[in-house]
Amino acid sequence: MDKHIRTLLALATLALCAGALPAQAALRVLATTPDWAALVTELGGDKVNVYTATSAFQDVHRVDAKPSLVARARTADLVVATGADLEIGWMPVLLQDSGNTKIQPGSPGYFEAAPLVHLLEVPSAVDRSMGDIHPLGNPHVTLDPHNIAIIAKALAARLVLIDSANAAYYAARGEDFDKRWQQATVGWEARAAPLKGVGVVVIHRDQAYLCNWLGMKELASIEPKPGVPPSAGYLVELVTKLAATPPKMILRNAYNDPRAAEWLSERIHAPVVLLPYSVGGTPEAKDLFGLFDDTINRLRATLK
Amino acid sequence: MAKLAPITGAIVVGLVLLPNAGKAAPDDVAALRAELEALKTDYTSRVQALETRIKQLESAVATAQLAQPGAAPAPPAFPQPPPVAPPGKSSNATAFNPAISMILTGNYASLSQDPATYRVAGFIPPPSGEGLGRRSFNLDESELTVASNVDPYFFGNVTAAIQGGNSIDIEEAYFKTLALNNGFTIKGGRFFSGTGYLNEIHSHNWDFADQPLVYQVFLGGQLAQDGAQIRWVAPADYFIELGAEAGSGRSFPGTQRNSSSLASDALFAHLGGDAGDSTSWRLGVSWLDARSTDRAYDDVDQLGAPVTNAFTGTSRTWIADGTLKWAPHGDPTYHQFKLQGEYLHRTESGRLAFDLTGRNLAGDYNSSQSGWYLQAVYGFMQRWRAGLRYDSMQSGTPSIGLVQLGLLPSAAFPSLASASPERTTIMVDWSLSEFSRLRAQYAWDEARATERDRQLLLQYIFAMGAHGAHKF
Repeated sequence: MDKHIRTLLALATLALCAGALPAQAALRVLATTPDWAALVTELGGDKVNVYTATSAFQDVHRVDAKPSLVARARTADLVVATGADLEIGWMPVLLQDSGNTKIQPGSPGYFEAAPLVHLLEVPSAVDRSMGDIHPLGNPHVTLDPHNIAIIAKALAARLVLIDSANAAYYAARGEDFDKRWQQATVGWEARAAPLKGVGVVVIHRDQAYLCNWLGMKELASIEPKPGVPPSAGYLVELVTKLAATPPKMILRNAYNDPRAAEWLSERIHAPVVLLPYSVGGTPEAKDLFGLFDDTINRLRATLK
Repeated sequence: MAKLAPITGAIVVGLVLLPNAGKAAPDDVAALRAELEALKTDYTSRVQALETRIKQLESAVATAQLAQPGAAPAPPAFPQPPPVAPPGKSSNATAFNPAISMILTGNYASLSQDPATYRVAGFIPPPSGEGLGRRSFNLDESELTVASNVDPYFFGNVTAAIQGGNSIDIEEAYFKTLALNNGFTIKGGRFFSGTGYLNEIHSHNWDFADQPLVYQVFLGGQLAQDGAQIRWVAPADYFIELGAEAGSGRSFPGTQRNSSSLASDALFAHLGGDAGDSTSWRLGVSWLDARSTDRAYDDVDQLGAPVTNAFTGTSRTWIADGTLKWAPHGDPTYHQFKLQGEYLHRTESGRLAFDLTGRNLAGDYNSSQSGWYLQAVYGFMQRWRAGLRYDSMQSGTPSIGLVQLGLLPSAAFPSLASASPERTTIMVDWSLSEFSRLRAQYAWDEARATERDRQLLLQYIFAMGAHGAHKF
């Protein structure tokens, strides 16, 4: 037992010393996507310390339950997740392994955005033969500013609940954000008016809320089924089908592989427009306002 | 009087109520009956109306289908989602059913040597045996997992492996705490030990079809404890985790003993983090102390006659493990790389009995043995991965009392003759989705004492039902 035990005890002590964090007043938040991190920053200002689990260049379906994420879950006061099973492949491991009761589902420290808004594409029946389908509906809710407004209100209320010492601060920032957001939304809708009715091709179904908001028509998806990459045969078929109703553009997210979209673009003579999809996806999408500004700018620029 | 009080009370209440009941009887009952009759007729007519409408609609649908024989509607260019279903609000007895998943695995094995005689040279073999089972088509284990939160305080998980040979092994059946705070989690029941890296990973999630040699020889494949485990995650920006386990020792290298004392104790520490947004890593060190009584194994003596020998004593194993994962911006969809290696060192000390059922001699036994593996898996395009693994073991020369005292020649223990088994394995797998994987694996296996084994394996792994999140 002897020296092995002593070595382990020494290791444990070392870990404790290294692990002891300086006492921090700021609320520690673990956000699953850069969008939720940006929203928490808008509402929490300098009273929150936000960590983003993923970047705009990651497919949020395919994230590893990395050791660094377990460590952040361990010390988090609040987890802000999309929900609707988007993070089902990794979030449950973080929650269980964290040993942190504050962030367990059902606790005030666990916030899910998707259940707050009206979800599109809720399937009446699900089967894995349909691809990587979400039984609760399409979880990619961020690209409709009306959804963000609803989620922001609930999130501000949650910050007030968790950190009541700064209640007035969060409430004031929440109101201010809401005012600015409503104004900006009016602006975006005015600028996006010409996009109404424009036919587009998407890669994955993660532009459904954007298309629904702006009235753009999703004519086809490059993925034959959600999460299933296209075969050469399917792409050829797509070219034929789209000849009848040619789309104006092909939407591609920062994290998507460009090859299939570019191949299709050459055949059907519709440009590929790169969209940030998430905060950080393009240099211009620095925050949530930038995300929508840039998305609409890029769509308008392609339409001309 | 006190005893009578309740009875009196009941009678009084009865008397008070009776007159009213009597009064209500004649006219009110008649009125109620009439009301009920009216309701009945109303509902009967409503049901009839609904039935007629259903019939009308059915015939309308049938006519519509007949009108266009064979003219299937052109499939839309884009698969439209089914219409929105109204959320079910009625009570549902199945709403709390646990998550159930089933993993199907099987393989086709083409092996140059008889798998029944497979033995890693130089080591006391585990009771479960080593190697790849049988040749040709094989149904591998079908893994059934049922998992759910028990209540706000506990999570429960049972994983049963239904073997191709029609037996069922309980791989894991544990509870885990949900409500301890400050980074603590306690697990109890039967669970894969937290020692090493690969030990906790279920077979369907391995990167190769079989375990590294060192896991097969030192841990009997996978160490499953019947016992309890406590883990603690430090409140740090780096991942720092410490764990301790106490178990019955039922799993190799221990044995189930008729003793209330603990026979399989383990300690482990993990450290992990990120290097940039594309790379993450974990390092670990573990220590396992297991005791065994009459851990029997089959061998032959110096004349080639079969004998059963047994080890009684202590087995101490050190494990150092390291894992590194890389994917561009952390997105493994198109490219990913995983490098993983573990070093295990084991010392066993106790007594070794020779030919239990015959000569039954016993003497001291001490060994110091080690083994390691290093493997790399690269996702070279969407859905495809290729991997390379190298295994190496050093048996050393154990000190056997019976041999040193001159009672037996060292040739009486052919399994323990010094050896350096090694193996090189390549694999390529193709995952059509997250839930299916087809794999081809080829191994140059030089683990046997003399013969060279060449092993080709074609494997399938399918996951059905709820599929829980995977650990790093």
